[in-house]
Amino acid sequence: MPVENHPNVLLEAVGITKQFPGVLALNRVDFHVYAGAVNAIVGENGAGKSTLMNILSGVYSDYEGSIRLKGNAVTFRNVSEAQQAGVVMIHQELNLIPYMTVAENIFLGREPLDAAGLVDWKRMNREAATLLERLKFEALPSTPVIDLRVGQQQLVEIAKALSRDACVLIMDEPTSSLSEKETHVLFDLIRSLKTDGVGIVYITHKMDELRQLADYVTILRDGQFITESKMNGLSINTIVNSMVGRDTNDFFVKTNHEKGTIRLSVNHLMLEDESHPGKCLLKDIMFEVSASEVLGIYGLMGAGRTELLETLFGVHSKRTHATILINGRNVIIRHPKDAIDCGLALIPEDRKRDGLVLGMSMEQNISLASLWQFLKNGLLNPRKEKTETDAYRDKLSIKSYSCKQLAGQLSGGNQQKVVLSKWLQTHPSILLLDEPTRGIDISAKNDIYKLIDELAGKGMAIVVVSSELPEIMAVSDRILTLCNGSITGAFQRDEFTEEAILKAALPKSSEISCSSVQQKISML
Amino acid sequence: MNRLLKQFSSQPILKPLIALLLMVFAMTFLSGNFATSDNFFNVMRQVSVNLCISVGMTLVILTGGIDLSVGSVLALSGAVAAGLMKNGLALEGPDLFVGFTFWGCVLAALLIGALLGAFNGLMITRFKLPPFVATLGMLTIARGLTMLYTNGFPITGLGKSVSFLGTGWFAGVPMPVWIAVLVVVFFAFYMKKTRTGRYIYAIGGNEKASLLSGINVSKVLLLVYTLSGVLSAVAGLLVTARLDSAQPNAGSGYELDAIAAVVIGGTSMSGGKGSIAGTVVGALIIGVLNNGLVLLDVSPFWQQVIKGFVIIGAVVLDKYSSKKSL
Repeated sequence: MPVENHPNVLLEAVGITKQFPGVLALNRVDFHVYAGAVNAIVGENGAGKSTLMNILSGVYSDYEGSIRLKGNAVTFRNVSEAQQAGVVMIHQELNLIPYMTVAENIFLGREPLDAAGLVDWKRMNREAATLLERLKFEALPSTPVIDLRVGQQQLVEIAKALSRDACVLIMDEPTSSLSEKETHVLFDLIRSLKTDGVGIVYITHKMDELRQLADYVTILRDGQFITESKMNGLSINTIVNSMVGRDTNDFFVKTNHEKGTIRLSVNHLMLEDESHPGKCLLKDIMFEVSASEVLGIYGLMGAGRTELLETLFGVHSKRTHATILINGRNVIIRHPKDAIDCGLALIPEDRKRDGLVLGMSMEQNISLASLWQFLKNGLLNPRKEKTETDAYRDKLSIKSYSCKQLAGQLSGGNQQKVVLSKWLQTHPSILLLDEPTRGIDISAKNDIYKLIDELAGKGMAIVVVSSELPEIMAVSDRILTLCNGSITGAFQRDEFTEEAILKAALPKSSEISCSSVQQKISML
Repeated sequence: MNRLLKQFSSQPILKPLIALLLMVFAMTFLSGNFATSDNFFNVMRQVSVNLCISVGMTLVILTGGIDLSVGSVLALSGAVAAGLMKNGLALEGPDLFVGFTFWGCVLAALLIGALLGAFNGLMITRFKLPPFVATLGMLTIARGLTMLYTNGFPITGLGKSVSFLGTGWFAGVPMPVWIAVLVVVFFAFYMKKTRTGRYIYAIGGNEKASLLSGINVSKVLLLVYTLSGVLSAVAGLLVTARLDSAQPNAGSGYELDAIAAVVIGGTSMSGGKGSIAGTVVGALIIGVLNNGLVLLDVSPFWQQVIKGFVIIGAVVLDKYSSKKSL
């Protein structure tokens, strides 16, 4: 059901369903792209936005449902078929070849040829220059892409799309790495593309961008189509409510635990920048965590959150200067092995990249960090691996058909529970969690919040890093804000307000005005 | 019953095993000389050299690496063992002569293999060289050292104890086969039952996750390349003993047969997946193929072409069918 009275439906997707092993990523979702308009897709992580866009742009070809482009039924078997038909996606991670020039990137795979069948460089550069002019982009077509800033590289991607006569342009969070000024340039460009009749799909998490750009908003939640409506007259609050779709009442409620003795004390922690010697990624970090305490660390992207936890865990030991006391004793951590011996455990941010060996079974992943416990006469004892794994399956309600199931076949939430099991098996006294609920569904999230609470109750000292304010406010006893590698604020639980914490976490030199802070808060 | 069959058919070793049986069957049918006990032991003796190298190569490839230097390491360790056996070690400065017993030579060869392998490992872990580059360098270095040590001439006439290792029999089975069986059984057990074995799989599956799990990745890699060197030295001893001479160009190209055996046996070149058992089957396939083509009087040029297609075919088949089952 397209929004009424819009004559120009360019692309119509009906009843799109996509199943991944163990997860229904999309369940009968409808979606429309209108000529000369921006349809923004919003939804929480894991709502299915990227999956839907990957289907429209031909990345996934095995789905149920139908897509009509300009009235004709289409099925794209791959990305290049979609591009040929004029549906082009600009991914968050840019797909440019760094050592090639702007013009070469724009015409990659479709280089104009001269009569002899060789590449016609003159024509290529000329056509590229015309495109760049249309985008008001001041760079020579012969500049290598690696010499451009990220915002400029984004424009090259857009030029590439335009050079294919794209009629549907899909942008996945295009401003996430752009400066304020570059964002303005991009928005002007999007407006001029609209007047050219291009249909634009815009994925974003930033609510203020909706107000500036969107003509329509489509909301997804947990793979379900929630609503599509005109942006005009829609309040941000209404959007957020339909995105979240839950009463704040059934949100997790933390129990209060009596704080114990100090478990971890970090003094003057510095981390040198690998690529810029002499510069510091983390500057003079000091904090303490006690038994039964949950310390939240909040910061924006690039604040140094992950680096802080990895540094504590001995990953960057060669570039680290710090005095670290555990249970009052001075310790030197040179390798994650030392950290584990000291009773630390780190649940990494990216479980697929850093947390799991995807090709190994669930039980082998769970035993990996504590294999010494699974020895019998010096040899591995598979029976013990199975009994311990079964215990975690029960306790954390991990859904899998067997202990032998490969970690890569589990859904995100269950994978995260396997990572947690692996680290609980090392019997840590200090637990470091980096974005523990990224990309997992709400019920699994609540399971993890409850587990954190329970572990704190048992006397564990816990550090949680998160970029989601409601999450960190819900689970923490105390919050530190991190910004550009320094700690910029400290809040006790009774001082928690979204506004104050976010303000403390924002870069001081930034030109972000108070009103945009307000908007950021209202989106959270 | 059905489930058992399903479980059995999902074993990655099944396909190469069927291929091996088909080949044996076809050869028996095509050539009257194939299925004789003489020829059987002949094939086994040839396979045992490749098998020793392939077991080491399996460990290396499971970590996601590669060892191109095995053939040259084989040559140098074989040559040193032969040289010490025949001429001993004469030090000119203190005018000292050290004679070597058989076991002394064996130890010296294994030590050479370990040192060269450890050098590979050090380049890879400490200096972060890609394994391909580090071991390519060693391929040339060790070959050059072999030429220097032998002056480019074979060292021959090594005595009875040495030739027993190469051509002798024990309990009705040739000595080289015994040694290969020992190597295979030990490492199959090692990979399945020890912590380090598990770590080798984990590192190949996800190096960063392994590091964060407290695994000393550098130490494990160093060990793996050292073991590959030692096993190449074992193969070097077998080759030298069988010919009763150390050839300066021994083992050249052996790395290719070893990699082929590992890959045909179903081990993933990107690491983390595979088994010693698969490699045994892979090495047997190559052995039967080499032997059968000779028996069938196929020209050596065609032999190479056919072998190449078998390697490619095995991997294509594996990729195609595993994609389908996903």
